[in-house]
Amino acid sequence: MNSTIENQHGARPYPIVIAGHVDHGKSTLVGRLLYETASLPDGKLEELKRTSEKRGADMEWAFALDALQMERDQGITLDTTRVWFASDARTYVIIDAPGHKEFLRNMITGAAAADGAVLVVDAVEGLSEQTRSHAYLLALLGVRQVVVAVNKIDKVDGGEYRFASVRDDVVDYLGGIGIEPHVVLPLSAKHGHNLVADQTSALPWWSGPSLLEALDALPVRPIQLEGDLRLPVQDLYRRPDKRLIVGRIERGRVRVGDTLSVWPGGRSAKVVSLETGSDDTRIAAAAGQSIALTLDDELFVERGHVLAAGDPPVEGNAIRARLFWLDRTPLRAGDTLTLRLATASHQVVVERLDTVIDVQTLSEHDADAVPNNGIADVVLRSRSKLVFDLAEGGIATGRGALVRDDRIVGGFTVAQAADVADGRVLIPVDHSVGAGERAAANGHQGGVLWLTGLSGSGKSTLAMALQRRLFDRGQQVYVLDGDNIRGGLNKDLGFSPDDRSENIRRIAEAARLFADAGFIVVTAFISPYREDRHNARAIIGDGFQEVFVKAGLDACESRDPKGLYVRARSGEIPEFTGITAPYEEPQDPDLTVDTEALSLDAALNVLIGQIDRVYATGGDRERASG
Amino acid sequence: MNHLDALEAESIFILREAYHQLNKPAMLWSVGKDSNVMIWLARKAFVGAIPFPVVHLDTGKEFAETYAFRDRYVPEWGLDLIGDACPPIETVDPSLPPASRFAARKSRGLTQALERHGFDGIIAGIRRDEQSTRAKERVFSPRGADGVWDFRDQPPEFWHQFNARAPRDAHVRVHPLLQWTERDIWLYIQREGIPVVPLYFARDGKRFRSLGEEGITHPIDSNAATIDDIIAELDATTAPERQGRAMDHEAEDAFERLRESGYM
Ligand SMILES: Nc1nc2c(ncn2[C@@H]2O[C@H](COP(=O)(O)OP(=O)(O)OP(=O)(O)O)[C@@H](O)[C@H]2O)c(=O)[nH]1
Ligand SMILES: [Mg+2]
Repeated sequence: MNSTIENQHGARPYPIVIAGHVDHGKSTLVGRLLYETASLPDGKLEELKRTSEKRGADMEWAFALDALQMERDQGITLDTTRVWFASDARTYVIIDAPGHKEFLRNMITGAAAADGAVLVVDAVEGLSEQTRSHAYLLALLGVRQVVVAVNKIDKVDGGEYRFASVRDDVVDYLGGIGIEPHVVLPLSAKHGHNLVADQTSALPWWSGPSLLEALDALPVRPIQLEGDLRLPVQDLYRRPDKRLIVGRIERGRVRVGDTLSVWPGGRSAKVVSLETGSDDTRIAAAAGQSIALTLDDELFVERGHVLAAGDPPVEGNAIRARLFWLDRTPLRAGDTLTLRLATASHQVVVERLDTVIDVQTLSEHDADAVPNNGIADVVLRSRSKLVFDLAEGGIATGRGALVRDDRIVGGFTVAQAADVADGRVLIPVDHSVGAGERAAANGHQGGVLWLTGLSGSGKSTLAMALQRRLFDRGQQVYVLDGDNIRGGLNKDLGFSPDDRSENIRRIAEAARLFADAGFIVVTAFISPYREDRHNARAIIGDGFQEVFVKAGLDACESRDPKGLYVRARSGEIPEFTGITAPYEEPQDPDLTVDTEALSLDAALNVLIGQIDRVYATGGDRERASG
Repeated sequence: MNHLDALEAESIFILREAYHQLNKPAMLWSVGKDSNVMIWLARKAFVGAIPFPVVHLDTGKEFAETYAFRDRYVPEWGLDLIGDACPPIETVDPSLPPASRFAARKSRGLTQALERHGFDGIIAGIRRDEQSTRAKERVFSPRGADGVWDFRDQPPEFWHQFNARAPRDAHVRVHPLLQWTERDIWLYIQREGIPVVPLYFARDGKRFRSLGEEGITHPIDSNAATIDDIIAELDATTAPERQGRAMDHEAEDAFERLRESGYM
């Protein structure tokens, strides 16, 4: 560490990514820069010499970053890394990115955290494939403060002329994607020419800044303190006397007493308190802070909702997005993905694949698939309501990740609300009978009452009794439970965690169809995993109501209507929920029915009350249009 | 918002994310300075009590001061402590150099704790500036069976979107302090008044900069008796933090091997 940093609590280190084509000298540049600024720890120089010699090289500065054996043996960077160093002006976190196109996802991982970038270009090879694709991604990731370093200038004769020609090519390409570099400068990373001031003797024709001088001049990306509040809800913590809403402020400020709106929906509530868990009281917080607050109204709030003030975020079922795809299996129209937008998760379908962008030529063309590392414009549609902002300014509600099989496989920025943009609602097939008509005919809307609870908690009893009562009232109702699902639709599934998840997924899809047909569906499955229920909610959309049928394990075990607990205890039934497999209680169910405390009749009344409120025609719940 | 506030907010976001996404997380508590900072942050994140257990991988060879500190702060901080002993040294790969083998015992202790308690996520207080393979870590790092780190194929991670799910037989490591430096840690300890084991402060011209087990961790020459002294010392020194950790220096790839096979 450098002793010249005066302000101990001062500014955050400036994050800068080193990008560019494979082997153009990115890691070498960082290693040598550390050396030139006396930032290498004791013993590192000797270690670098030793490990370079061992591999028959004279001196590989890159080994200061390329720490993995495989990286050193192959002479390429596999994964991004970070190091800290200081100039006289400020501290930096340097993010070294790999140039090999196989590791583009690692480059993105590094670059997404940066405020500024150094685009390294080999003077001999000039503008190359990954120079272009890295530059394009920098723009897409919102990293627009760029310095271009034309490296290995020691290797070319007539450096000045070669430099000018490489510079023109790079500036030309960057112009095409809307980036104007702060400076394009020549250097030799390996030999330490023009990295820091006073090293230009080897480049007598250069009168511009050194790399470090250029870095010191890059502006810091401001925190978005001004502007309308965006606070995506990260979680809810229940306390005996209150309910804490936690999350990080992405933009703007919040004060005790402020009136906020909760999206989707836009209902409003007042901030009662900001909680710290200690004695210090807080009355205001601003962008960048992770906070906990309470509201004056017991509104339904869950993870993924957005608290806002001022101009509201956009609410809709479809977005037009520009995405980068990072999976070996190409993305096709019709594919389903999980879309993560700030803290929300939605199941989406790729409704349209508009264009695929060739970042080499900057041309756009039609294609039926987006390949690994491809960039495309698409329309993504969700059954549940998305809450978003346009991506400008890099706001968290304007960009996110795409997930398939629990792994991040791409990212996107929101370009437009697709429904609005097209001036019409994008429904592929226009159903001749609309949801509104069905609701009017039935006297209620369709929806899914999703009962979850331990075996023996009373789900099936409640579901069947409820079905009788609703049917007798002339309502459209149907129960999905083990008896009509396990024997048919899901007879190929067992009880392993994966099969249980698939079981729940199919039930959710089937329930969704019934709900579309106008039915009130009551499902009676243990559905022990939170994630699965969450997915069910995502599949079913707005009509989903999670009902926790609550009874303690002891009570369920003593009821044991089918003798299952006895068999589970004896080991005869493996993976039995509550005994040898977990049951994850709902954290914030729409309704809890305690069957230990309530009689069957009382429990039914609670359920029917909820149904009348939530599925009433013209009630406050508007069904998603998709 | 200054730099420490920004780091704090980021770590709290990560901790809350871990708690939401994982079914059964636990936090590793080595009783060292970094893990005390992590506990401190978790108490802020969850507005009071930490809603998951903390695991101390006890080698039986920790310093007496470490045990004393642990016993005092478990009740004071309201921690749900799991203090399982690590398996005997004989169970650890004998081809490892001696100190690495000693360290690998901790990885075995961790594997054992995972199996015994069924955790699907482990929150650990490693930092990128400590060591160059740690510098390549993700905030959420999915592990294979047996805790193996596949650094050749790490998933992308950006814009605070994390890969929080592991395959059912594996787990995820969560690193809320990854972006902190040693200097940040001390500045924060000072600002917040976080207690630490007294071994970090100089006595008779020696202090510990990094705390591991007795025998494979060595003190440095130092007269830094206060946090101010320590920060001044850090600003002046160019010696690496883990110089007193024998296991890092036994071979070029010693630490990489340890980490690949599940070490923190
Ligand atoms: N002559 C000369 N060689 C250089 C210079 N900079 C880097 N090199 C050499 O170029 C090779 C590649 O350098 P690296 O720093 O590993 O390249 P990189 O851009 O980090 O490569 P990836 O991370 O794998 O994309 C090494 O052998 C370096 O020694 C330079 O300025 N002049
Ligand atoms: Mg490199």
